[in-house]
Amino acid sequence: MANLLNTEGPVQDTELTQVTLEEWKENRDSLSGQNLELTLESSETADLIGDDSASFQRISINFPKFADGRGYSAARLLRERFAYKGELRATGDVLIDQLYFMKRCGFDTFALRDDQIIEDAIAAFSTFTVNYQNDANDQQPLFRRRLS
Amino acid sequence: MYIYDQHDQQLLNERVAQFKNQMERYLAGKIPEEEFLPLRLQNGIYVQRYAPMLRVAVPYGQMNSAQMRALAKVARDYDKGYAHFSTRQNVQFNWPELEQCPQILADLAEVQMHAVQTSGNCIRNTTTDEYAGVIAEEIVDPRPYCEIIRQWSTFHPEFAYLPRKFKIAVNSVPNEDRAAITMHDIGLNIVKNDAGDIGYRVLVGGGLGRTPILGEEIRSFLAEDDLLTYLDAIIRVYNQFGRRDNKYKARIKILVKALGVDRMRELVEDEWNRIKDGEGKLTQAELERVKGHFTDPAYKALSNEPEAFVAARTENAAFARWLGRNVRSHKKDGYAVVTLTLKQIGTPPGDVTAEQMDQVAELSDEFSFGELRSTHQQNLVLPDVEQSQLFEVWQRAKAIGMATPTLGLLTDMICCPGGDFCALANAKSIPVAEDIQARFENLDYQHDLGEIDLNISGCMNACGHHHIGNIGVLGVDKKGEEFYQVSLGGNSGGNDAHGSSLGKILGPSFARVDMPDVIAKILDFFVAQRIDGETFLEVYRRIGHAPFKEAVYGKSA
Ligand code: SF4
Repeated sequence: MANLLNTEGPVQDTELTQVTLEEWKENRDSLSGQNLELTLESSETADLIGDDSASFQRISINFPKFADGRGYSAARLLRERFAYKGELRATGDVLIDQLYFMKRCGFDTFALRDDQIIEDAIAAFSTFTVNYQNDANDQQPLFRRRLS
Repeated sequence: MYIYDQHDQQLLNERVAQFKNQMERYLAGKIPEEEFLPLRLQNGIYVQRYAPMLRVAVPYGQMNSAQMRALAKVARDYDKGYAHFSTRQNVQFNWPELEQCPQILADLAEVQMHAVQTSGNCIRNTTTDEYAGVIAEEIVDPRPYCEIIRQWSTFHPEFAYLPRKFKIAVNSVPNEDRAAITMHDIGLNIVKNDAGDIGYRVLVGGGLGRTPILGEEIRSFLAEDDLLTYLDAIIRVYNQFGRRDNKYKARIKILVKALGVDRMRELVEDEWNRIKDGEGKLTQAELERVKGHFTDPAYKALSNEPEAFVAARTENAAFARWLGRNVRSHKKDGYAVVTLTLKQIGTPPGDVTAEQMDQVAELSDEFSFGELRSTHQQNLVLPDVEQSQLFEVWQRAKAIGMATPTLGLLTDMICCPGGDFCALANAKSIPVAEDIQARFENLDYQHDLGEIDLNISGCMNACGHHHIGNIGVLGVDKKGEEFYQVSLGGNSGGNDAHGSSLGKILGPSFARVDMPDVIAKILDFFVAQRIDGETFLEVYRRIGHAPFKEAVYGKSA
């Protein structure tokens, strides 16, 4: 089992009913109202779930390979376009050196691949103290703060 | 030029610390090779044929004398005493030790230089006209926009793992393409609309490589402050839908071809309409702040063609020849733009020694307000030289071998590092360049030939931009042997009214020893066909491909 983290440290997992995008589309009515986790594959874009995202307590986005960067856009779109407020979890090939960007894109829990060193992972969340761009957590890019 | 404030410096320092930590973890065996790869690439480190190569960014080709000295020091302390300027206006070191790279990056950070995103599947260094800010023809100085793009693209959290590398270029001269914007993933043409507002014509999906394609217009006019949100929207679409199953089909050009530019536009504008008026929209204050870094230096009130200069030009034919080729007019009276050529016979194009770099820094301090440029033709530029000092600059440049009066001529070739250094190469490229240089060294002959671009790449990746050479040479591998395929008629836009074009392959490839003869046949035929001093490209476009083919291969049976 992968080590589960939030940006502060290890956390306990909570049990939810997992559904895939396909299952949700087919059984939406019967599933609604349950405590659900949607599992998205990297090939499944955020617009496929869209505003339905509000029906889930958790959405986990799978990174089949760490170098597959689609999940970053999916996360930002869920947070910023579809205003998803629930837990957003990175799963799969989740490595220390991508955590900082994942956090900025709106992920809040991270199922670290189990060979990753937890202390190094937690340290990675504070790699930078300043960012140029706006992101899922901070609507203001640096240029709006520079001159205030 | 842009000078870092505390935020820029802090961010860079934190990057240096991050990579130092990653290197330590890698060397301690805590990060496997495959996972370290993109980390080192995004810090400019390739592992090539014989040693790692470190590619340092020269953002949009702009640097100052202190930075040039720092590069010279790196060449001396960590390399074999030289460096290489690339066709992307960056600097490459071919022999650093992997373990020393974090320290090199720490040294460079002290002069506000870095190797951030000079490699890897991310947004790379934005390029523009090497004469930006000093020529009268431009609509506005494109450098502030390049710097704004640099900051926005630096550690962009969403776009560090794109399907493939991503390159943006900016042009600001009307009716010319001085930055080859049609050959970039995104090309931005700065324009003024009828109301007099600054904006951009946006092209998408251009690129060289295996499938050379010219970019298509996705938006005819984008307002000045919509720049970053529009870039976000384009790359967000690409990041989601670009192909990831085949690296040769992963560039945005393939996505644009597959969707069609109209569908691409729909997707981009749908996303852009959501974000365009959000906090990510550029502010006038930020535009002003960055533009404020690119104001004119303290030019003197001078007039053109001072007497002593005119006299020297009249008396000295070699000086006059250098002026005619390597010096161009400046927006300010009494000044000139000087190109220092890195195309000495016997050294690979773009190579420069630490001593030469120090001398160039010296020249820049003494004669050009301490500023310098690197060019996509692999040369260096002193942007602001007083005309009355040109004679002295010429003599000093000559003394360090950088005054070969061949800018734009045959031996001002573009050439990638090729098989001598690059692990991806099919064939060597530097020896081909050297053989051609040696064969056509005669300056009178070169001047008679006039402007001609000869570009050489060691493989399909096209770092030597062979597709857009008037004469393009591509190294190919045939059963383990090195051969060279020649194409004709490419053009990178430049000041040519016909715009950009991709070269057409001439025919079966040649062995390396035959290359100077093949080039000679092409040139002889061109000279025989030329009317009234036409350029090579003009002749080619007038008479077409077939006669050249026949001249080289003989009549087909
Ligand atoms: S064109 Fe090929 S051989 Fe030349 S530098 Fe690029 S990858 Fe290497």
